[in-house]
Amino acid sequence: MALLQIAEPGQSTLPHQHKLAVGIDLGTTNSLVASVQSGLPTILKDMDEHKLIPSIVYYGKNETKVGQAALPYLSTDAKNTIVSVKRFMGHALSDIQYRESLPYEFNGSSADIQIKTPQGYKHPIEISSDILKKLKDTAEVSLCGEITGAVITVPAYFDDAQRQATKDAAKLAGLNVLRLINEPTAAAVAYGLDQKKEGTFVIYDLGGGTFDISILKLHKGVFEVLATNGHPHLGGDDFDQAIAEMIRQENQLDLLSHEDKRSLITHAKTLKEKLTESSSDTFFKATHDLVQKTIQPIRRALSDAKLSIDSIDGIVMVGGATRMPHIQSEIKNFFKKDLLNDLDPDEVVAQGAARQAHTLAGNKSDQDLLLLDVTPLSLGIETMGSLVEKIIHRNSTIPIAKAQEFTTYKDGQTAMTIHVLQGERERVSDCRSLANFTLTGIPPMVAGAAKIRVTFQIDADGLLSVSASELSTNKETTMTVKPSYGLSEEQITSMLKQSFEKASEDKEIRALGEAKIEGEQIITAVQNALNKNGSQLLSDDEIKKIESAMLLLSSSLKLNNPDLIISHTKNLNALTESFAAMLMDESVDKALKGQSIDKVNL
Amino acid sequence: MAISLTHKAAERVEKYLKNRGKGLGLRLGVKTTGCSGMAYTLEFVDEALPEDQVFESYGIKIMIDPKSLVYIDGTELDFEKEGLNEGFKFNNPNVKAECGCGESFTV
Repeated sequence: MALLQIAEPGQSTLPHQHKLAVGIDLGTTNSLVASVQSGLPTILKDMDEHKLIPSIVYYGKNETKVGQAALPYLSTDAKNTIVSVKRFMGHALSDIQYRESLPYEFNGSSADIQIKTPQGYKHPIEISSDILKKLKDTAEVSLCGEITGAVITVPAYFDDAQRQATKDAAKLAGLNVLRLINEPTAAAVAYGLDQKKEGTFVIYDLGGGTFDISILKLHKGVFEVLATNGHPHLGGDDFDQAIAEMIRQENQLDLLSHEDKRSLITHAKTLKEKLTESSSDTFFKATHDLVQKTIQPIRRALSDAKLSIDSIDGIVMVGGATRMPHIQSEIKNFFKKDLLNDLDPDEVVAQGAARQAHTLAGNKSDQDLLLLDVTPLSLGIETMGSLVEKIIHRNSTIPIAKAQEFTTYKDGQTAMTIHVLQGERERVSDCRSLANFTLTGIPPMVAGAAKIRVTFQIDADGLLSVSASELSTNKETTMTVKPSYGLSEEQITSMLKQSFEKASEDKEIRALGEAKIEGEQIITAVQNALNKNGSQLLSDDEIKKIESAMLLLSSSLKLNNPDLIISHTKNLNALTESFAAMLMDESVDKALKGQSIDKVNL
Repeated sequence: MAISLTHKAAERVEKYLKNRGKGLGLRLGVKTTGCSGMAYTLEFVDEALPEDQVFESYGIKIMIDPKSLVYIDGTELDFEKEGLNEGFKFNNPNVKAECGCGESFTV
């Protein structure tokens, strides 16, 4: 006989129509799958009663082992036992640093990451999908039914390529992805912060190997990620090493063998875990610097979000390393507030994802939860002068759609190249190129007459599609941007840092670029008009004056002084004002000649 | 006759209610659909209805509408583990046949 779960009032489903939805925390080191049972998010265990499933896949000749079962192969067949595949997702082979220190054999002739195994080359998406398959099987056995949908968590800084790769992996595993949500948002949901009316929350996530800080703002039941920051290589492992180093120095042990070092670290890890009850001074000293390393990113995130410590309403602790009491006390001291830490820090992200999956699958209708995420970097297109026009700004909440009108630069221009860029800088060469496509079939018109609407749309999963349409013909070209490789968090951070450092330089570049374009445009327009009607409408003296002003302007274009260009442009403008008026009168005359008054559209 | 909970089921219900943060108790019911005639429903209660019959077992209030009661009177609700799956089970003395999955039944 089937076992029933308690439903919300009025939400009982018909027999065989339960929607089994799960939340998946697809981690770098470990993964978890959870589901809401009788209103309570519950981590689902595998056959051997394990909750944490190591994100490890072993590829043997005739078998694939995932999770605990793959662990033993780490020491016997490291080459074919893939760990931390999350770090490869959405990246190109050239993105992988320290490739030689990894035990894997990569396919050097492919730009993609492909790892050689006895089962052929394996792409990170395939490896990740094997982990997801294991999680799906675990859930289906545990829940006695087919999974209708899953919510998978990703780091807040994951870019389009990394999110798309995660979705592709889920699809390959036969999972219907209801939504990808950010890990910090899932943690906030696990603590039920979404049930509050308003608030600003910090999510402090110190995992095994990464540190992430996120600031979330809840407004009218809607979450928004205000800022993210962190450290891609800082976690529990570093604390173990710091303790090991301390032991080594205190005991004056030098020149340890690789094996001795390993056992010392294991020893340190045990020591650390024992210390979680009472905090010790020596341990505090050894790891104080590392805790301090997490404070810097917090300060940066706060300043990014333009917030002070007083405006934080709650701090959520995520990740096993946050169990260390002195981390808790230092973070508590920093914020001068009690921490949210009563849920298992290893489980919170999966629990939040499960809650979200439960809602999205339609098992709960009374409090529809809407989650908003943000874009980590601005998105825009290239305009004349190799400048970037931003269309969607950084930290905009998604899903979002924004449109902007652009026009042609040359007379009779029939095509326009849309160059999609990502980044904060003003110059194309300083931003990251995402895609390039061309809108053709623009009817020939004078420069500036065509109206081309460029629409940027980012869906709830953070995938960007860009469309350009010419408004008089409605001819449209669309493309979805799936960049061939992604950005690491370091790259995003360094792009942001540069944009702050080079802000004034960028301002100058933009001013100069814009001045040059305006100058060039007015020269072309005046030259055309002079060629056409100059001798009829103007005296030789007037023409000479205009021509010398044009010469001054065009020579100033070669100098990098925007103020000079602007002043010469103004000068030429003033000189040709009456000429422009005459031209206008003439064209009106021409248009009206021979027309009866009722046929003229005024 | 009455409706009751096993001790194990009562403990679970108490835990779930506490986690939910609100709720008067548990509602048992019967819906006239399913592959074998009728189906059980199991819900939290936020509002008691005037027609509700109320039982109490291990301190947990159980609400049931009179129409449903005739099909499940005497039922004991248990909490069981079957392999990795766990959940509530209706031990209903009125059942003559039930579908293979046990989610629906005939009396």
